[in-house]
Amino acid sequence: MIDDFLLRALFGGLGVALVAGPFGSFVVWRRLAYFGDTLSHSALLGVALGFILHVNLTVGIIVICQLLAILLFYSQRQRQLASDTMLGIFAHGALSLGLVALSFMEDVRIDLVAYLFGDILAISNGDLGWIFIGGGVALAGLLWLWKPLLAITIHEDLARVEGVPVDRVNWMFLGLIALVVAVMMKVVGMLLVTALLIIPAATARRFAGNPEMMAVLASLIGCLAVCLGLYGSFQWDTPTGPTIVVAACIVFTLGFLAPRGLFLKDQ
Amino acid sequence: MSNLGQPFLEVSAVELILGKRLLLENINLKVGAGEILTVIGPNGAGKTTLLRVALGLQKPTSGTVRQRPGLTIGYMPQRLHLDPTLPLTVRRFMALACNNDQGKILSLLAEVGAAHVIDSAVQTLSGGELQRVLLARALVREPDLLVLDEPVQGVDVHGQVELYQLISRLRDQRGCAVLMVSHDLHLVMAATDQVLCLNRHICCSGTPESVTNDPAFVELFGSAAVQSMAVYVHDKDHHHDHCSTCGRRSAND
Repeated sequence: MIDDFLLRALFGGLGVALVAGPFGSFVVWRRLAYFGDTLSHSALLGVALGFILHVNLTVGIIVICQLLAILLFYSQRQRQLASDTMLGIFAHGALSLGLVALSFMEDVRIDLVAYLFGDILAISNGDLGWIFIGGGVALAGLLWLWKPLLAITIHEDLARVEGVPVDRVNWMFLGLIALVVAVMMKVVGMLLVTALLIIPAATARRFAGNPEMMAVLASLIGCLAVCLGLYGSFQWDTPTGPTIVVAACIVFTLGFLAPRGLFLKDQ
Repeated sequence: MSNLGQPFLEVSAVELILGKRLLLENINLKVGAGEILTVIGPNGAGKTTLLRVALGLQKPTSGTVRQRPGLTIGYMPQRLHLDPTLPLTVRRFMALACNNDQGKILSLLAEVGAAHVIDSAVQTLSGGELQRVLLARALVREPDLLVLDEPVQGVDVHGQVELYQLISRLRDQRGCAVLMVSHDLHLVMAATDQVLCLNRHICCSGTPESVTNDPAFVELFGSAAVQSMAVYVHDKDHHHDHCSTCGRRSAND
């Protein structure tokens, strides 16, 4: 029995870390950290939606994340407010709206802490299915978009002149990110999703000579953090999601202190 | 063959209003085969905006932009805002546009004098190196028309002369037309066939010699600036040679 839930936690964590590596790399390259944060803050609204419509809560979260991604895409075209201001409004608006909506449902009691910081030890087989199918779809989509997305990341107008369908690629990427954020929620929780996206990618940067290498390394570093975090959490009886993030921070710090030429000849 | 007489790019009566600001007013221009047209003007004159309209990146409020059917454009943006976390070598930057054709990458970089930076990270390039690499990238698709946004930005004076000469040479060797933007008044005059002076509307246009004598030009840039340029225009052949020698000497800076 113990083995079972630990194994599920391990598989779930590794699955999420694998997906987070490549997506996190793009989040870092395109400076979308606040964007990821904003999406994840809407999760409670998705939970409320799931209860109202009597659908799977993960489906509710995915739907709300997708809607918010569309909203953000359009809101960034206006020039009245800086985009970090817009993101802040959406993030905290969505979080508060979610809390208020849930408080109206008197017969619903949810474990708020589990949604805020994740509950990896309570991962069910169904959750594992969401992580691997959702994550697999997201990874396949990203692989398909890789080249045009990289071109857009380098210079949007240049990509457009060279015939890349910029708007369509951006749309699809935002949709995939929203999907990733939704399936990661269970493992590290809405407040820490962005951490698992950006910390492994930032750690990988120092050791990567090209974009693909950085994405793969970020996945591996994320997996390492998951293993260390699970072990630490079990050993010292600490909350698992935060322990994984602490482990990721420690790996980041060690990588930062490591001599630059350790794995990569100086470029 | 029937396309021969048609201009590569024709902008007619273009007006652009964004929000309540009038950015471009009644703009007409034509770029024909093998021709270099330079748009000059003070900061905020709408030079980059005009390029974006010409490229089809920005839809004009009214007026038309016509590209010759089948026209291939090579675009050199003003700068790259690459995040330092993106590990990208010059080789990879070029490969993205040409399906990893290594021979082509090498020959293009050699053509613009940037072969030595092929394995450097794009973020570590000097201003002049970056401009050359961007120019090589613009050439990847063997364009009929090069559109260059401030091609000598961030480059010292010697490097500027060299880059303008490189652009003229590319035009001569490849027979492509060039539409470029510059806020520099002096050096560009020696490298262009036609000048278009922009300050939201077209103040004056024509050959470098005719434009510098135009009262509208003097009014836009001030008489002091114009007098100092007379040297460059009238003395351009001498200036050209003089600088190409000293430019070559400092090519490795």
